[in-house]
Amino acid sequence: MANTNFEKYKSDGSLQGNVLEWVDARFPLTASIKGHLTEYYAPKNFNFWYFFGSLALLVLVIQIVTGIFLVMHYKPDASLNANGVPVAFASVEYIMRDVPWGWMIRYMHSTGASAFFIVVYLHMFRGLMYGSYRQPRELTWLFGVGIFLCLMGEAFFGYLLPWGQMSFWGAQVIVNLFSAIPLIGEPLSIWLRGDFVIGDATLNRFFSFHVIAFPLVIIGLIAAHILALHETGSNNPDGVEIKAKKNEKGIPLDGIPFHPYYTVKDIVGVVVFLMAFSAIMFFAPEGGGYFLETPNFYPADPLKTPPHIAPVWYFTPFYSILRAVVWPIFGIDAKFWGVVAMGASVVIFAFLPWLDRSPVKSIRYRGPIYKTFLTLFVISFFILGYLGTQSPSYWGEKISQLCSLIYFGFFLLMPWYSKVDKYRPAPDRVTG
Amino acid sequence: MSNECKVDCGRRRLVVATAAVGGVGAVAALVPFVSSMLPSERAKAAGAPVEADISKLEPGQMMTVEWRGKPVWIINRTPEMLGTLPKLDDQVADPKSEKKMQPDYAKNENRSIKPEIMVMVGICTHLGCSPSSKFKKGSEEGMSGDWLGGFLCPCHGSTFDFAGRVYKAKPAPDNLEVPPHYYIADGRILIGEDKKGA
Amino acid sequence: MKKILVAMLFAPLMAFASGAALHLDKWPGSVADKPALQNGAKLFVNYCLNCHGASYLRYNKLTEIGLTEQQIKDNLMFTAEKIGEPMRVAARTDEQKKWFGAAPPDLTIIARARGSADGSGADWLYTYLRQFYRDDNRPTGWNNVVFENVGMPHILWELQGQQVMNKDHKLELAVPGKLSPKDYDKAVSDLVGFMVWMGEPMQEQRKSLGWIVLAFLAVLFVFAYKLKKEYWKDIH
Repeated sequence: MANTNFEKYKSDGSLQGNVLEWVDARFPLTASIKGHLTEYYAPKNFNFWYFFGSLALLVLVIQIVTGIFLVMHYKPDASLNANGVPVAFASVEYIMRDVPWGWMIRYMHSTGASAFFIVVYLHMFRGLMYGSYRQPRELTWLFGVGIFLCLMGEAFFGYLLPWGQMSFWGAQVIVNLFSAIPLIGEPLSIWLRGDFVIGDATLNRFFSFHVIAFPLVIIGLIAAHILALHETGSNNPDGVEIKAKKNEKGIPLDGIPFHPYYTVKDIVGVVVFLMAFSAIMFFAPEGGGYFLETPNFYPADPLKTPPHIAPVWYFTPFYSILRAVVWPIFGIDAKFWGVVAMGASVVIFAFLPWLDRSPVKSIRYRGPIYKTFLTLFVISFFILGYLGTQSPSYWGEKISQLCSLIYFGFFLLMPWYSKVDKYRPAPDRVTG
Repeated sequence: MSNECKVDCGRRRLVVATAAVGGVGAVAALVPFVSSMLPSERAKAAGAPVEADISKLEPGQMMTVEWRGKPVWIINRTPEMLGTLPKLDDQVADPKSEKKMQPDYAKNENRSIKPEIMVMVGICTHLGCSPSSKFKKGSEEGMSGDWLGGFLCPCHGSTFDFAGRVYKAKPAPDNLEVPPHYYIADGRILIGEDKKGA
Repeated sequence: MKKILVAMLFAPLMAFASGAALHLDKWPGSVADKPALQNGAKLFVNYCLNCHGASYLRYNKLTEIGLTEQQIKDNLMFTAEKIGEPMRVAARTDEQKKWFGAAPPDLTIIARARGSADGSGADWLYTYLRQFYRDDNRPTGWNNVVFENVGMPHILWELQGQQVMNKDHKLELAVPGKLSPKDYDKAVSDLVGFMVWMGEPMQEQRKSLGWIVLAFLAVLFVFAYKLKKEYWKDIH
């Protein structure tokens, strides 16, 4: 859909026009604006769920801008200062107290991290519901899975930087997961840390990954995600291809220009989002202990593990899957298979386009089996997430095993149930 | 695109109004980011006024205190040193201290509050080096034979007299800066603050 | 149907999630109460700062709880020379490590660190500082209900007096202190208030700014919503 063969701008003789003509002869300005905004035709039936893509972009901007300013004051240094506090930890409190408005910038960044995952999870759920991953949008989906993976890395590296107890021990546990890999595990985890424990070397490389490497990759993937989307055109809640029905000018009958219609609509979404964001940031920046975990207000102490380590909430569903695996298989201990299961639970999203065999895309026209599976999947995801925040327990383990089965069942049984499920034929044109 | 307001006058007004409100918000949102680059509480604490005890500073001697990370010289000038100043009026660039390199209470022939006590920032006004003291007359300290005593900046050769006035035709454009200061008591100076109410 | 499913799946969770929780008394104070904060600051400097630092807090920040710089210099500033310096501990950390085995933690953000599912950090501190009791088995002679085998002796014992654990595992005041139990609770509440304030001195400004931002966004919402409605009139 992103037609880039637009005519170049011809000046009307005014200064403004001449400048635009000059630029257009050298850079596809008009073509980009038309191709991606004013003449990019999006289905007119987007609903509430379609806000989260643009909101994710907004959160990315918030994170990058606040991050740039935090880096001006933050110091990735694990050594102790004159007061016996690690320099990195003290520099975060320095930002919170001594830097003018530093507290606000830091809270924006810490709230933004959680907001990023909330928005991205909702964005992904939208894709699940309406079959947005399916042909012809497989690459858009794959780039998206790539963004999600990098985002998890970005969040994990960033979480070490305040150098609190949770930062330290969380990183310790996650890096030790790599040591579960047979043969190369132990040297691999030492190589990742650059030390035998999480130390100054680890802090500095995580800082580098967090502020340079991963943001670069994420921005690149987002560009690819959007370019791929604009190539195929957006899906919609009916899961029908609007490009199938065009008028004599070649414009989809159910399409409307992204700008101004979806820009003004997204502004409303942005304002509502900012209200929720501000409410958390100004009134509950700790997010009830889920956004900023209380043990992280103690500086990292390699000699003392906090009584209860839980990852930040957005990792807990996957962490629960890791803990759910308790049996050795093929003579390799359970720890390794837990890591495999956790990795698989994220990567399996990438296979969705080829697992789904339903004749229709959208949940609106699917049958009861798919709806039940999706519902169970979402419930399992929430329960796994909740259990990941809790200390291990007998029932917790059993329930997380059941939920992990449902989680994987949703994906692995999909080729079967999506095919045998009843469906209503999708309409030719979008509804409502 | 025109001001004729045929179809969409209401729409245009709404666009402008929304953009205006949004713009106010965007500018307000800039404030924290721009302000965060100002000196922090730590920098302010480090840049707080410093007190110097000059009761033991003998005539002809110089002491250095640190203020905002810069050396501040306090020199107890002898009558002989002070005597060199009028003689140099035609050799220095700004003999009457017309340029605002000192607080008003130090804008006089000695560039000081008390005639003998000179307080100035020991940073060359050229490119920020710290000049070295060449108090001895003549060529004894490697200066020319007619040298009356003062300071030489080792970086680019600017010379200053005992009041921090820069000699003509030297790279430094201005006299050395006199920081805000006042006498808390007879032998104690507070550097970095003008006298309250003054 | 979804709701029933959710209920069914969460029911067993609720059953085992409620583990052995600490019983904490609710902190009765408020960070908006400036006289209480000032009293808390005095108690903190006199009793806590000897061993614990508050090294992220600068003395001049105390002007925000209604003290003048002169009052701070005269009454509170024992461990620094300049008003802009942080509230460092009088003793040195590495020496303390030798004396106590572990260095007493910095207390600037302790009220935030002590928050848990059992209650806020303020509740924990308020309970902790009131539940010391005599225990001859401990090297310091003191033990604590919410922090078992704590390394710190009861530093406020002169004010509270000495409690002992009776046979029913209840605390009893064996030797009264300078303050009545009611006054002691009030003093601890003030001290905790100061520590809550110190954990995030900008918390009150943060909230008042939050209302302004939300009010602004509400106005912006009205405009944005009208604008959207206006444009979407075109779409059928």
